[in-house]
Amino acid sequence: MSYKVVHYINQFFANIGGEEMAHVAPELRDGAVGPGTALNAQWKGEAEIVKTIVCGDSYFAEHEKEAKEQVIAWVKAEKPDFFIAGPAFNAGRYGYACANVAIAVQELGIPVLTGMYVENPGADYKDKVMIVSTRDSAAGMRQAAPTMAKLAMKIMKGEKIGASVEEGYMNMGVRVNMFEEERGAKRAVDMLINKLNDKPFVTEYPMPSFDRVAPNKAVKDLSKATIALCTSGGIVPKGNPDHIESSSASHYGEYSIAGVQALDEAGWETAHGGYDPIYANANPNRVLPVDVLRDMEKEGLIGKLHDKFYTTVGNGTAVASAKKFAAEYAQKLVADGVDAVIMTST
Amino acid sequence: MVKEIERAGLPVVHMCTVTPISMTVGANRIVPTIAIPHPLGNPALDAAEEKKLRRGLVEKALKALTTEVEDQTIFED
Repeated sequence: MSYKVVHYINQFFANIGGEEMAHVAPELRDGAVGPGTALNAQWKGEAEIVKTIVCGDSYFAEHEKEAKEQVIAWVKAEKPDFFIAGPAFNAGRYGYACANVAIAVQELGIPVLTGMYVENPGADYKDKVMIVSTRDSAAGMRQAAPTMAKLAMKIMKGEKIGASVEEGYMNMGVRVNMFEEERGAKRAVDMLINKLNDKPFVTEYPMPSFDRVAPNKAVKDLSKATIALCTSGGIVPKGNPDHIESSSASHYGEYSIAGVQALDEAGWETAHGGYDPIYANANPNRVLPVDVLRDMEKEGLIGKLHDKFYTTVGNGTAVASAKKFAAEYAQKLVADGVDAVIMTST
Repeated sequence: MVKEIERAGLPVVHMCTVTPISMTVGANRIVPTIAIPHPLGNPALDAAEEKKLRRGLVEKALKALTTEVEDQTIFED
């Protein structure tokens, strides 16, 4: 008898549709769907996906509690030997959903596994759930499927799981005792010599990175403050003159809203390819609230709405790029005498 | 991006729907919004009602900017 596996995927991998279908509620299907067939093929009958749960990424993000309850109910009814979610690659909401359903199922005592790209926001849960490290796009399925299938099979069989670097999952912060051939002093000196010679070396104890920035002081008097708007929601002048990419943006845009009372459909749109654009295109103030800030400026509630805004597309955009964009335009905001910023995200 | 703005010395409020992601990216002042494709709107409402909803959210964001915080804070109400 083969092991029973339940698989969780999103609307895209179930072939329901892209962003325009991201709102779909969870659905239970028999057998393997999409990437599940690749996993099944790897297991060669030793394990089999008996049910596939499909859920829209926006549905999960906006109804997390209900979605999780539904997934749990179906998993409980099926009593599988294993649960797999994804892989989600660099799809942010999908990765977040995969990590969270996997954690919920794990709490039932069922072993779980998911997979995603290291910069996916869902990868933040890597110390709570086992996450296979994948490439940043679905083109990485060919490598991800065998890694995930192999690791899942080891877990199902109760075999010993090797270190994260050997098995391909993200470091979960669990240390295991082992014997090294070389003594510590020699390893340290070898590392130092490599470092001095600009040769690669691998630390045995990476320092934790706590990249947190402490909050700045609050604005004292709004009626004298200049407030700037920024967004990762991709709002741009109609026609996207600077060609900001719909995903993996390589740059940001700086646009004037001097004299603009409200954003309208004729003049503005979104360049973002990671959410259904119809609502933002019909009324761009739904993402960048120029209209109400203008009203507040007129009423004297705020001193001024800054006459430029900064925008990019936060869809699969590398963290390093986003950091670089904002570090650059933040200096411009400071130089222009802006007092505080409202950042909107979709 | 919020972290870089904060690093430059400006208080910043992050308005977004998936607040756990905002927590992981390190925003300090967070205001939850309506939905991913229309964070500051609701197409089911008529135009005047919708603008009122948006105004309420922006007022909440401004309130967050005028509130001293010591740590990451989600401004629910």
